[in-house]
Amino acid sequence: MSATMTTTTTTPYAAGLGERGLLRLATAGSVDDGKSTLVGRLLHDTKSVLSDQLAAVERVSRDRGLTAADLALLTDGLRAEREQGITIDVAYRYFATTTRSFVLADCPGHVQYTRNTVTGSSTADVLVLLVDARKGVLEQTRRHLAVAALLRVPHVVVAVNKIDLVGFAQDVFERVEAEVQAVARDLGVAEAQAIPVSALDGDNIVDRSTRTPWYTGPALLELLEALPPSEDVEGESFRLPVQLVIRPQGAAVSEEHREYRGYAGALASGVIRLGDEVVVLPSGQRSRVVGIDLGSESLSEAFAPQSVTLRLADEIDISRGDIIAAAEGAPEPTQDIEAVVCWLGDAALRPGQRLLLKHGARTVQAFVRSLDGVLDLDDLHAVSAESLSLNDIGCVTLRLAAPVPVEDYAVSRRGGSFLLIDSHDGRTLAAGMVGATLPSAPPAPVAPEGDEDFDI
Amino acid sequence: MTVTEVPSPARDQTLRADASPAAYGSPEREPARRLTQLDALEAESIQVIREIAAELERPALLFSGGKDSVVMLHLAVKAFWPAPIPFPVLHVDTGHNFPEVLDYRDETVERLGLRLEVASVQDYIDDGRLRERADGTRNPLQTIPLLDAINEHRFDGVFGGGRRDEEKARAKERIVSLRDEFGQWDPKNQRPELWNLYNPRHRPGEHVRVFPISNWTELDIWRYIEREDIPLAPLYYAHERDVFQRDGMWLAVGPVSQTREGETVERRVVRYRTVGDMSCTGAVDSPAATNAEIVAEVAASTLTERGATRADDRISEAAMEDRKKEGYF
Repeated sequence: MSATMTTTTTTPYAAGLGERGLLRLATAGSVDDGKSTLVGRLLHDTKSVLSDQLAAVERVSRDRGLTAADLALLTDGLRAEREQGITIDVAYRYFATTTRSFVLADCPGHVQYTRNTVTGSSTADVLVLLVDARKGVLEQTRRHLAVAALLRVPHVVVAVNKIDLVGFAQDVFERVEAEVQAVARDLGVAEAQAIPVSALDGDNIVDRSTRTPWYTGPALLELLEALPPSEDVEGESFRLPVQLVIRPQGAAVSEEHREYRGYAGALASGVIRLGDEVVVLPSGQRSRVVGIDLGSESLSEAFAPQSVTLRLADEIDISRGDIIAAAEGAPEPTQDIEAVVCWLGDAALRPGQRLLLKHGARTVQAFVRSLDGVLDLDDLHAVSAESLSLNDIGCVTLRLAAPVPVEDYAVSRRGGSFLLIDSHDGRTLAAGMVGATLPSAPPAPVAPEGDEDFDI
Repeated sequence: MTVTEVPSPARDQTLRADASPAAYGSPEREPARRLTQLDALEAESIQVIREIAAELERPALLFSGGKDSVVMLHLAVKAFWPAPIPFPVLHVDTGHNFPEVLDYRDETVERLGLRLEVASVQDYIDDGRLRERADGTRNPLQTIPLLDAINEHRFDGVFGGGRRDEEKARAKERIVSLRDEFGQWDPKNQRPELWNLYNPRHRPGEHVRVFPISNWTELDIWRYIEREDIPLAPLYYAHERDVFQRDGMWLAVGPVSQTREGETVERRVVRYRTVGDMSCTGAVDSPAATNAEIVAEVAASTLTERGATRADDRISEAAMEDRKKEGYF
């Protein structure tokens, strides 16, 4: 199968590339913290910027009277972004080092574009959060950390930027580091390693800087290359949301495939092998896997997030939206969901509203029974509210028109995530995480050890 | 924000191309059940194609015969195998095609048993609905015939082979991207796209553009073509051709691209990195005649494919964004 195939090419280039995994990273931080410059620096210093791209940036920079190339122009590609000098929407960029390939989502910092940060973070393995060394934690820093915590981005790296503007001062870095880590801890972010950087000059981006001799940790790129892969399919239970039932029809179909019946989808979690017992949700019917197809290739096993087509031993009723799951430990379908949502709609969410909910490959009607709280970003706990506005993070209780086999988001990112959709115009209104909760009480102030100057 | 020092564009090929031996025997090998980059990209693309085909009623796939649309088509074949692809393919024909590409298009359609719809820019020019541009390029003229074809066939979704690494406006695209009734893209108000949950719902009159290979780079495309042994139009491989130089590119001598005064024709060994409007798509000097040689060449290239081969993208900094806002793909 393709996952285990070895590259047959004789070129050294391709041979090395084939062995690598893909790490998805997203940037976040408040406006003017220097995200686009950092991204430009990463691309530039990993030699991922080709000469015609660099020439274009240099030309525009010169036209604007700048004496050197503005690396932010590498990612701020929209006219409005260039005019305003800000990032409006996520830009995706690609770069590679000797050990990894990276898909980078450069997210905007302005509060009105938080939904784009949610977009970039939802698929990220790593969130690189920028903090201006001079300003420390701002409201957007808290919001982005809250987003990272809720979306359970596996790794958070804090780049304490503009360290050159505070004279490479160790005490400033340590104060900001302690401040960020306290907020991260309160929000439940497992780890948030901090690095002092200057995106402008390249300190601690690719190579360790000689200007921060007191810092003994890795440079940003070193850390990104060393982070363990986030998905560990071995420990997960198998789930496959059925996107399509494949039943070839028509004259063009060859004789051997006339009776073909396969269930196409991408594994949301775990591993499936030939012969495995499975259960179909929500019906509860059981069967056994007799075929795993990837195109015309037959596999003996598949694992998340591969897209395959399963064939089962029994002719049972399965349709789009059903989930094929490991026979043991399958989730119980439910019509009642408690969840945390990032509200992304322009109009507010209110109890009593009717929406569509999309989970896996299934879309059902949903009714908002109650709004159970909204996250207060100042002291990081849930307070009561009558509505959720754009960019708010809140707890809701939903009633669904049909049972859906959701899982806790903490157990499975794919099995516990859903969208709320406007049934009239199709807009995506919210990102939802099943079973997530918000802190109910404000955290007690924690002074970091050995830092008496720290004030909260 | 500025940088004080910009090194010369001369590139250290080894870093990008990964010829370093450290890449092979690294102690931090990924675990056995972790998808390689190509497998991860393939899985994502197939999931997107299936989801959109399931959610929409009348999708179509843009097929020009170019390498990106060929890879997209190959992924669609895999997505529905052994059933045939359940939607037609649509070619917006500029009338400035390389003949080899049209032949390849027709062979592929025949081989896969596809239904081909053609929207012809030439027809629009012939009956006066479109006028030839002063610079002669027809790429920007594709928008109106495309939008008309979408309306005429009532397509509610169109798969395109755009890649985010191609161009900075495309770097901002969602995988599933809403278009209003005029086919316009509103980059400042894009729909959030969360996890791998794609939402192509829209109001009547609107449609979605879907880019299943958004996250592939040019190098990924070539490595996949090599791995899967996907047949391509012959002009992607090194061949002898009569060409002349204009704007730093080698343009082919043909019915729509003739030399002007001072330009001289040479016979050179070239290949195409992109195929499009023949009058403004340049060839590159290259001896690369096999997929493996092209993979090596692309890995070491210091120019982007559009920078190397597309005159029309050099018009302005925002040329692509402006075209996309009007409904271009």
